[in-house]
Amino acid sequence: MEQKSVDYMKLIYSFHEEMLQNDFTLVYEGEITHQITKAFTSLAENNMERMSEDTSIKKKVFHVMVECLQNLSKHSEENNLTKYGGDPVGNGIFIVGKLGESTNQQYHVITGNTIENEKMPELQALLEKINELDKEGLKEFYKRQMLEGTLSEKGGAGLGLIDIARKTGEKLEYHFVPVDDNNSFFLLRTKIFRKQLD
Amino acid sequence: MDVIKIKGTDDTPNVILDAQNNIIEFSGRSLPEDVATFYAPIIEWIIQYAKTPNPKTNVVFKLEYFNTASSKMILDIFLKFEEIHKDGHDVMISWYYQEDDEDMEEACDEYADIVEIPFQKYSY
Repeated sequence: MEQKSVDYMKLIYSFHEEMLQNDFTLVYEGEITHQITKAFTSLAENNMERMSEDTSIKKKVFHVMVECLQNLSKHSEENNLTKYGGDPVGNGIFIVGKLGESTNQQYHVITGNTIENEKMPELQALLEKINELDKEGLKEFYKRQMLEGTLSEKGGAGLGLIDIARKTGEKLEYHFVPVDDNNSFFLLRTKIFRKQLD
Repeated sequence: MDVIKIKGTDDTPNVILDAQNNIIEFSGRSLPEDVATFYAPIIEWIIQYAKTPNPKTNVVFKLEYFNTASSKMILDIFLKFEEIHKDGHDVMISWYYQEDDEDMEEACDEYADIVEIPFQKYSY
């Protein structure tokens, strides 16, 4: 084989190693459609079923995955449509992994997508608000948003992030990476703690 | 009135809207690709039903899962039934949840807080 091909194969192998070391069970980059959302969630459900995962943890992971994937498919869509035209599909990176020692293990659901800088302040304000609220505050915020909010053209109700914080009981971890003058890359990590093993 | 029967799939609920037999029931999972399109005919049916409702209306919800976009549509459905209730008709919501599903039980309490219709919870 040519050196170039060998290097490429080695890259694939190190990629594989990296995934195993980090306990990434799913890494995907590309279009996020409804079909993909369904495929990924049922894959995760089957995996957890096989591991006899606790029902409430299974439900939480499923729930967070659905909301994260639907956020990706709805919110990165606009960028795509205006920039490239074509079908309304979102683009982004989606990762599911497991982290931590056996007594303190967590599922991680990570999403990343490009966002226009002009939309950043609104998203940032929402994330900050969610992270300031306690359980009761989040509940009231969700109820108000459900009552007063309207469905966007893309079918988003602005409830996904609030719900993720409620279902996991954890603060939302997020980061914006500048891409160019007009865009940033928005990363969100959600942790779902498995029950402490006795 | 027309009867609406929608067979459930892995991402849309099973729906029965049958005024003649007095059955209004939602069960299964709700995470449709396009919630507005899925629920529009259902909301429209309730608007028609409100014109000549049955003396007693029992709305049965037996969902095992719904996404946040669906939660908004479910509230819209309840608000339509609330109008029927406010018009002086007998309306109640029967909410079924799996025994250990705290989130589903809590969802019921939250809807009951917002909507002025009697809610009855049943675990199964």
